[in-house]
Amino acid sequence: MAKIEFNNVSVDFPIYNANSRSLKNSLIKVATGGQLKTDQQGNVKVRALEGLNFTLEDKDRVGIVGHNGAGKSTLLRLLSGVYFPSGGTVKVDGEVGSLIDISLGIDHEATGRENIYIRGSLLGLSKAVINQNIDEIIKFSELGGFADMPVRTYSSGMHLRLAFAVSTIVHPEILLMDEWLSVGDEGFKEKAKRRLNDLVHQTNILVIATHSKEQLLQTCNRAIWLEHGRIRMDDEINKVAAAYFHD
Amino acid sequence: MQNNSFSIAWLDLTAAVKRYPLITLLGWQDIQQRYRRSALGPFWLTISMSVMIGAIGLVFSQVFKTPTQDFLPFIAIGIILWTFISNIIIEGCLAFIAAENIIKQLPIPLFVHLLRMVWRNLLTLGHNIVIFPIVLLIVGKPLGLVALLSIPGFILATINLTWMALILATICARYRDMPQIVASVIQVMFYLTPIIWMPKTISAHVNSYLLDLNPAYHLLEIMRAPLLGTMPTASNWLVSMAMAVIGSLLALTFYGNYRRRIAYWL
Repeated sequence: MAKIEFNNVSVDFPIYNANSRSLKNSLIKVATGGQLKTDQQGNVKVRALEGLNFTLEDKDRVGIVGHNGAGKSTLLRLLSGVYFPSGGTVKVDGEVGSLIDISLGIDHEATGRENIYIRGSLLGLSKAVINQNIDEIIKFSELGGFADMPVRTYSSGMHLRLAFAVSTIVHPEILLMDEWLSVGDEGFKEKAKRRLNDLVHQTNILVIATHSKEQLLQTCNRAIWLEHGRIRMDDEINKVAAAYFHD
Repeated sequence: MQNNSFSIAWLDLTAAVKRYPLITLLGWQDIQQRYRRSALGPFWLTISMSVMIGAIGLVFSQVFKTPTQDFLPFIAIGIILWTFISNIIIEGCLAFIAAENIIKQLPIPLFVHLLRMVWRNLLTLGHNIVIFPIVLLIVGKPLGLVALLSIPGFILATINLTWMALILATICARYRDMPQIVASVIQVMFYLTPIIWMPKTISAHVNSYLLDLNPAYHLLEIMRAPLLGTMPTASNWLVSMAMAVIGSLLALTFYGNYRRRIAYWL
């Protein structure tokens, strides 16, 4: 059982320009009292999300659509627990896994094998679980003898295959994705697609931000359309897709 | 509110401690990364430290006209421990800033990044401390049983440094001038604290200001004095313990208060 509840959630980003980010300005601000405060106060705030209300439950496959800057990434970060809302409440029941930026934490000087441990540990896998899966990961990523070479010697394809193979070992209840992952050459793509589909099938809730209509219709059964940080539409997939892609 | 902040921080801390394999892995990776492709690897830490101690030891034992037998062990352990102290404070400022990528992608307790930095410096200290027994051998000075007292002293000092680093990591995430300010303060502290000069060489009047009011001196003494065969004073212990308790409570409350904002500041 997994559940996500958003209750009137909003997110404000403080924008610290080079000036207001320094202690000097804060001190000056204290010293000069209200003056600067009235004209800018140094804290420019951008409202990234406003008044979001929705509930996601088991079997929900939700696509997040919207133009650049609509708040898709911020929403994903709220879901993953990286950001805390500035207003409202976010309730996430269930273990969250993210396939956003799968190369995060990869050390180019370390070998592929070492990187599997680093990346796996970052994702919260124990050493025992990694030990259990490491042969499978190396086999899946088709690294062969390169597994014990530094990652800097890898081609970009190998690099991505490795990152993909490690990151898809986890089986979270709530899965977050920023665009459908597509890695490698034709042969690998098929294999990766099957693996990703398995993962998506096993997860209770999927949330994916995407620009691809085809992908949306294929994977999702519901979509949330964000516009300027607000929900413009939250409905069954076909309806949202028709409205959004028509627009 | 006060209580709430503290419990947020406490939960974060316990969650991080449970992930100690990640902390040690990342900490060790930091060290390895620095010395990859070099033949001697992390032992460069030991070598460069030895060179520095040798040079400063020879020059200043001449300047202060102190016998090398007393001065060399004093300066060796002083510099080794000071490096530990100052690195935790200076790198503490960057603990969250340096982990920006991870913090913005993965919901890992932020304490992991702080403890990773502390672990990295413990490993560095481990590489440097081996110089001390060698110095003792060279000058023919024995190590008494009292040296064991440096272990509780060391733990107490590490707790103190960790809470200081926690506060600095949080402030520095918001105010990016802070790391520079802290770095220069640390540099001044190096000269104000008896590391390259011995406390007995200055007048008692100046002593009380430079020593009693200097928290770095107390932290250094509880680790260093036993290793040099003397007992730390009662005030060394008391100040260090009081700082550890009050500071930890303050730091956790402070951190808990801002924990939710940190990801936005990065």
